[in-house]
Amino acid sequence: MCLGIPGRITEIWDDRGTRMALVDFGGATRTACLAYLPDASIGEYTIVHAGFALTVVDEAAAHRTLATFRELGLLAEELGPDPLPATPLQSTPLPAEEGGR
Amino acid sequence: MRYLTEFHDPRLAATLLDTIAATATRRWTLMEVCGGQTHAIIRNGLDQLLADQVEFIHGPGCPVCVTPLEMIDRALTIAARPEVMLCSFGDMLRVPGSTTDLFTVRAHGGDVRVVYSPLDAVRLAEAHPDRQVVFFAVGFETTAPAAAMAAVTARRRGLTNFTMLVSHVLVPPAMRAVLASPDNRVEAFLAAGHVCTVMGTAQYEPIVAEHRVPIVVTGFEPLDLLDGVRHAITELEAGRTTLVNAYPRAVRPEGNPSARAMLEEVFTVCDRPWRGIGMIPASGWRLSPAWSQLDAELRFDIADLTVAESADCHSGEVLQGRLRPPQCPSFGTTCTPRRPLGATMVSAEGACAAYFQHRRLSAVGGGR
Ligand code: SF4
Repeated sequence: MCLGIPGRITEIWDDRGTRMALVDFGGATRTACLAYLPDASIGEYTIVHAGFALTVVDEAAAHRTLATFRELGLLAEELGPDPLPATPLQSTPLPAEEGGR
Repeated sequence: MRYLTEFHDPRLAATLLDTIAATATRRWTLMEVCGGQTHAIIRNGLDQLLADQVEFIHGPGCPVCVTPLEMIDRALTIAARPEVMLCSFGDMLRVPGSTTDLFTVRAHGGDVRVVYSPLDAVRLAEAHPDRQVVFFAVGFETTAPAAAMAAVTARRRGLTNFTMLVSHVLVPPAMRAVLASPDNRVEAFLAAGHVCTVMGTAQYEPIVAEHRVPIVVTGFEPLDLLDGVRHAITELEAGRTTLVNAYPRAVRPEGNPSARAMLEEVFTVCDRPWRGIGMIPASGWRLSPAWSQLDAELRFDIADLTVAESADCHSGEVLQGRLRPPQCPSFGTTCTPRRPLGATMVSAEGACAAYFQHRRLSAVGGGR
C-alpha cells in the first residue's frame, strides 16, 4: 500500500461532493480521491496512496534536482576523467539481453 | 514527463556513485526507514554498489510487518463473525496471526474482502446495509489520511454498519526508538519521503537536534536514493547534523495541510506495540473519542487475547536492523513468501521478502 509512484491526472469529476480523478500510471489507470489536493489539475503528476492523491509532483523542482546531478558530472570531468567502467546499474539487464539473442 | 524516467538514468547514477565514493573517507551506517526504499535498494543492488561506503540497516517501515499480533488476531476474530464483512489491503491477508491468517478465515467461509482504498470499504457498506462492514486500517502516515476520509465519508452518508479496526503507526517515534536502543549503530537516516508528503519535515528537527543525527528526506527512485546517500555522507563527513530535504519535488516543508487537519480531527495519538519490536510510546493513531461510534473494537466485543510469536521467526531482529534476512535460519527454507513464518516475508515492503525476491538466486546459485 505504500509503493507510491507518480501518475498523471487525466480526468477529474465530482462524486457526491468529493473530487475524484483518473490517474494514469504509465498505462495502468486508477481512480484516486482528490480531497486532499483541492488545487490539483489535469496533466499534473501526483503520488497516490491507498486511493488518495497526497502531493503534486513539482516538475520545476525535479528539473533542478536533475540539473544538480548533471553539474556533479561536469565537476567530476573537470577534476579528471574517472577510470571506473560503467556501473552495474547500467549492466544489470545485459545478461538477460545476451541470453535472449 | 521524461524527467520521471531520468531518475533511473544509469549515467547520472554513475555520477552520484562517483561523488559518494570521492566524499566518503570511511564506511558509514545508514538506516532507510521505509520498506519501499529497502526494496528499491535491494532490487537495484545499491547496497552492493555502495558496499565500501555504506552499510544499510533496514528500518521498521513496513506497515504490514509491524502491525501487532494482537491486532491481527482481533481482525481474525471479527472476520470470523457471520454478520461481518472485513475489508483490508491485500497484503494483510497472508500475515500470520497467532493461529491462522485472514486468507484461511476466508477459505473457511469468512467474508474477507481486499480493497484498494478505504473508500471502497465505505462503498461496500452502502451496498450491503444488512452486513457489518469493518475496515482494518493499518499503515503509516501515508495511508492514515485515506482511513480518516473513509470515516468522514461514512458519517456524512449516515452509515451505521461501517466501523474501523484502527492500527495506524507513526514513523518519528520509531526512529526515536531505534536511536534510544543501547546497541544503536545508525549514524544517519534516510527518512521516508512519502510520509513527509503528508506530515512535512518539521517533525524531524527535534530528532536531529536531540540525537545529533543527520536526517535526509529521500525519494524512491534509484537516483533519489543515491542522492539521499550523497547528502547523508556529505553531512557525516563534514561533522554536521542537519535535516536535508533531498526530495523537494514531492515534499513541501508543511506537508499536506488539509490531510494533516483531517488526521487531527479523526485520530488521537496513542501508545502502540509494534510487532517484533514492542511498545513504543505515542507511536500510533486510534480513533479519537468523537469518532468512537466507528470503532470496531467497541462495536465487537473482543476479548483481550494473549498471543505468542513463532519462536522460529526472527523478524523482530530484522525489523530493528540487528539481523539481515539471509542470516535467519528459516530464511528460504521453512520460511518463504508462499509459506511465511513472519510478516516480513509476506509484505511487498518486508525486508525478508526483498531479499527472497532479489537475492535468493545469487545466494543459492552463486550468481550468473
Ligand atoms: S526469514 Fe521468515 S522466519 Fe526468518 S525473520 Fe524473516 S519472516 Fe521471520
